[in-house]
Amino acid sequence: MTTATETLEPPRTSVGVLGWLKKNLFSTWYNTLLTFFMLWVIWAGGSALLSWVLTTARWEVITANTRLFLVGAYPPDQVWRVWLVVVIVSLLFGLSGGVWGGTIRTFTMSLAVGYAALIALSFLVFPLSEGFVWLFANLVILLVTYALARDRKTWQRWMIPLWLLAFGVTIVLLHGFAKSEWLPEVSTTRWGGLLLTFMLSIVSIVMSFPLGVLLALGRRSKMPVVRLFCILYIELVRGVPLVTILYMTQIMLPLFLPGDVRIDNVVRAMAGMTLFAAAYLAENVRGGLQAIPEGQIEAALAVGLNNALVILFIVLPQALRMVIPAIVGLFIALFKDTTLVMIVGLVDLLGVGRSVLAQPEFMGLQIEVYIFIATIFFIFSYAMSFASYRLEQALGVGKR
Amino acid sequence: MNESPQKPKDIIICRDVHKWFDRLHVLRGVNLTVQQGQVVVLFGPSGSGKSTFIRTINRLEEHQRGTIIVDGIEMTNDIRNIHAIRREIGMVFQSFNLFPHLTALQNITLAPIWVRRWPREKAEQVAMDLLRRVGIPEQAHKYPAQLSGGQQQRVAIARALAMQPKIMLFDEPTSALDPEMIKEVLDVMTELARSGMTMICVTHEMGFARSVADRMVFMDAGQIIEEGTPEQIFKNPQHERTKQFLSQILH
Repeated sequence: MTTATETLEPPRTSVGVLGWLKKNLFSTWYNTLLTFFMLWVIWAGGSALLSWVLTTARWEVITANTRLFLVGAYPPDQVWRVWLVVVIVSLLFGLSGGVWGGTIRTFTMSLAVGYAALIALSFLVFPLSEGFVWLFANLVILLVTYALARDRKTWQRWMIPLWLLAFGVTIVLLHGFAKSEWLPEVSTTRWGGLLLTFMLSIVSIVMSFPLGVLLALGRRSKMPVVRLFCILYIELVRGVPLVTILYMTQIMLPLFLPGDVRIDNVVRAMAGMTLFAAAYLAENVRGGLQAIPEGQIEAALAVGLNNALVILFIVLPQALRMVIPAIVGLFIALFKDTTLVMIVGLVDLLGVGRSVLAQPEFMGLQIEVYIFIATIFFIFSYAMSFASYRLEQALGVGKR
Repeated sequence: MNESPQKPKDIIICRDVHKWFDRLHVLRGVNLTVQQGQVVVLFGPSGSGKSTFIRTINRLEEHQRGTIIVDGIEMTNDIRNIHAIRREIGMVFQSFNLFPHLTALQNITLAPIWVRRWPREKAEQVAMDLLRRVGIPEQAHKYPAQLSGGQQQRVAIARALAMQPKIMLFDEPTSALDPEMIKEVLDVMTELARSGMTMICVTHEMGFARSVADRMVFMDAGQIIEEGTPEQIFKNPQHERTKQFLSQILH
């Protein structure tokens, strides 16, 4: 007999590693069978893939074309500008990780690990090349700015303006100016590869977000004309495939503009993707707006806030938090959908893959090229997905 | 009208207020005048229009006919008038309606900072004083979800008081609370009433009404049926409907 106050240890087989194994992997005879079968599948598949990656695969198709994959036809003597952009990003990640800590720090550290891995890889493939030096510089800058900014909470308010500024600087730096000696113009027709994929997705994500929020608010507006316009826009755009919109922005955008204004293909593609994403984003945000109880708005009005402040401080923070997973899902889809710009003649990462495969010396290396491209897409998509998960957790504080 | 120290001024004047929800006539000519410093308890069966009525006073509901004048400002469709009136009035809701993404302190300081344009330090100081007044200064940095119902409602009262209103409206402030938390909220309300705040409370807490109210107003079917001091209402209700209702809620 035990007394009421005495706590007994649980049986050995129900806790710890042994307990977990027994409960999850070997609870019944068929569970045990399944466990062994799956282990065999993983081992067989994994070892075959690994031996292919390490011995059979001809990775020279990637190493010989690395610059093409990364920046496309960007002039080789101007590639330092792309590297400078990477430096700006490292700088900002270092600062952000330092001043905010938490999830952002996890990202800064992941980026540092990523740089270290790339440095190791490039040391094996192109020892002491220019890229190797730049990567090394980036790693150093990331860590130094992180150390410098660590726990400086007062810098927090500068970070978002800095990121937005960096967005503008990046575009200027990459594009340059006509007839400039220091920063000669690099027409967007020469942007390509991962650089183009990134620019397309970042620009359309950054631009579509405010547009989508405004459309969502407009769809719930009390003014019938605004509401009607937003509904029409959202439903029209959602009813049309992205491919069609990309064609339309290529052909129709010039019709709406004065004849002497020429907009290049990349900007048109960005516009198409932004307009497309905004409609979907608006519907996601609307879902969040609908979930805000009327009492929240009444309480805010009752303390004297005007409509704009109610939306800014009470409605949007709660609504957006609720739809983070949906919005990030949308952004991941958008990131992958940038590959569709191939059909309007732009050469993004996937486009470079196809043109590389068309070179006679690399015929038949589809598997290597597509695995490489898929891995890159996976890494960045997963990073976004992970970020959204962490963001949800971090913002979950005080949730009803 | 002459204002003299002896006669407190009429701070809320409602004349012949009508309201329809679509075709449903929910307020059928409500007349009520409240003097500064008075505590009015509004009671009546559910669906009698008491909540709707107090919500017309700060324009959470629009009235379609009649006049509402708050502290000399007439309620019109002009948004500036509505804001001017809302700044005079604090409101406490049945379901608290705290902002779940802000801490207790931030809930209280939001409006003073953005509407009154107070510096953050001043707003936070006032907020802490208010939290001490409602008895929960130690909960300042918690989120609403981490507080009990009674604590949430006390934060909500502090939030309303932070704008330094002349009038407080209470819409069934204790109806969503567990019995042991009702008292802590009523204590705060009693203290507030004693401090001279003008209050209109929709409540069925008859003990509170008896000890604090200057006037009790009975509403039924969108109209005021009877009003008087708690003494008159409890001892000698005039109207048959009032007697019937009181007999149902007082045992």
